[in-house]
Amino acid sequence: MSILTALARLLIFPGILFAVPAAWFFLWVERKSVAMMQGRIGPPFMQPFFDFIKLLGKSTPQRTGVAGALMRAWPLIAVSTAAGAVGLLPVLPSSGGFQGDLILLLALLEVPSICIIAAGFTSRSIFGEIGSAREAVLSVSYNVVFLLAIISVAASQHTFRLEALAQAPATSLRWIGILAVLICLPAKLHLNPFSLPNAEQEIYSGPMVEFAGPELAMWELSHGLEWVAATGLVATLIAPQMAFWGLSALAFVALSFGIVLLLSALAAATARLAIDTTVRFYWQCTIIFAVLAVSSALLMRLRS
Amino acid sequence: MNLWKRLMCYCRRRSPWLFHLNSGSCNGCDIEIVAALAPRYDAEQLGVRLEGSPRHADILCVTGPVTRNAVCAIKTVYGQVCGPKAVVAIGSCPATTNVFIDSRTLDGPLGKHIPVDVFVPGCPPRPDAIIEGVAKAAQILAERGDEVPEVITAAEVQA
Ligand code: SF4
Repeated sequence: MSILTALARLLIFPGILFAVPAAWFFLWVERKSVAMMQGRIGPPFMQPFFDFIKLLGKSTPQRTGVAGALMRAWPLIAVSTAAGAVGLLPVLPSSGGFQGDLILLLALLEVPSICIIAAGFTSRSIFGEIGSAREAVLSVSYNVVFLLAIISVAASQHTFRLEALAQAPATSLRWIGILAVLICLPAKLHLNPFSLPNAEQEIYSGPMVEFAGPELAMWELSHGLEWVAATGLVATLIAPQMAFWGLSALAFVALSFGIVLLLSALAAATARLAIDTTVRFYWQCTIIFAVLAVSSALLMRLRS
Repeated sequence: MNLWKRLMCYCRRRSPWLFHLNSGSCNGCDIEIVAALAPRYDAEQLGVRLEGSPRHADILCVTGPVTRNAVCAIKTVYGQVCGPKAVVAIGSCPATTNVFIDSRTLDGPLGKHIPVDVFVPGCPPRPDAIIEGVAKAAQILAERGDEVPEVITAAEVQA
C-alpha cells in the first residue's frame, strides 16, 4: 500500500501526470499574462504543447565526444530532478510510503539551475559562458536568502519533514519566510527583473544558445516543472490543511495559480536589471531578512 | 505513426519561431517585423516567437539587400538553423536588391546564397504582409516534413 501511494504521488498527483500539463499551463499563463498586460491577445491555450511537440521533431546539430553526451544529458537531468521535486510536494496526506524532507526538496530544486550553469559552459559558446557566469552569480546571491527563509520556516516548526511542515499552523516567522521565498522566486525562475542569465537580446538567450530540437524541448519542460515545483512549495506552505484530500488538492492548485499570476504580472511590469543591481538587491534582502529571522527566532525561544 | 506525423505537421504549423537576420537593411523592414509582434498586429496569436538564437528558430527572416560582408554571416546562420527550416525574404531588398541595385558593396539578391521559400514584397512591407508570409512559411514547413533535402545549392536556386 505504501509503495503504491508513493508511486501514485510520483507518477500521478502531484507527480508527472499532473506536473507536465501543469507545467505547460503555467508557461501559457506566463506568456498570456505578459501579452494581456501589453494589450495583446497572446498565444493560444495549447501553445506550449505545440512548441514542445514541434521541438521534439526538429533535428539537432551533430555533436560528438564527451561534450555531445553531456549536452544531451543536462536537460534530461534538469527535467527529472524538477519532476522529482514536484513529486515530493506534500499536497495529499500520505499514509506511509516515501516521505522526503525539505532538504531533499531544496536539493532537487537547485539541480536544474546547476544544470543550466554546466550546460552553458559545456556548449563552449561565448554567450553561453556569459549566461552561465551570470546564472552562477545570481544563484549565489539569491540562494542565501532562499535557504535562510526555508531554514527559518523549518526552525519555527522544529522540523524538516515536509508533511509536518505542511500541517503545522502558521507563525509569524513562517510568514516572513514565505515572503522571502516569494522574493527569490523571480530569480529562481529567470523572470524579469532578474532574467539576466537568459537575456535574449543581449546574449542570445545565454546558456541555452546552442541547444536545439528535443534538448530545447526538455529545457522548456524543465522550466515549466520548476514553475510547478517552486510555486507548489509556496502553496503548500500557505495552504491550510483540509480534512478532505480533494479540497486540499484544489487549494494547492488555486494557490499555485495565484502565485503564477502574481509573478507573471511582475515580470510583465518590470524591465531587466543589470547584474550588479540584482546582486546588491539580494544581498540587502539577505541582511534585512537575516536580522528579522534571527531576532524573531530569539524572541520565540525567550518566550517559550 | 501516422497520427504522430499529423500531430507534428499541425504543431509545426502552429509554432513558427523566427530568427531575424539583417543583411544590411535600411532598418525599415526591421521595425516592421517588430511592429508585427507588437500589440496592433500581435503575431504571437499564431504562435510566432522571435528567438534570440538561430538554433532555436524554424524560420529565418532575412531583411536587406545582402552586402558583401553579410554573405558569410548569412550562410553561417542558415547552417545554424536546425531542420526542418524555411527562409522568408522580407522586403524588396533581398528579392531584387531594390534601389541598391548595381552597388559594388552588394552581393545580392538573397536567392544566390540560400534557398528562399517565401518572398514578402514591399519597401517596407506592411506588418500584416509579413505575418502572412510567416504563416505561409509555417505551412510550407508543415507540408515539407523531414524528407526534403535540406541544403539546396545556390546554383540550383538560381536556375
Ligand atoms: S525593402 Fe525598403 S525598407 Fe526594406 S530594407 Fe530595403 S530599402 Fe529598407
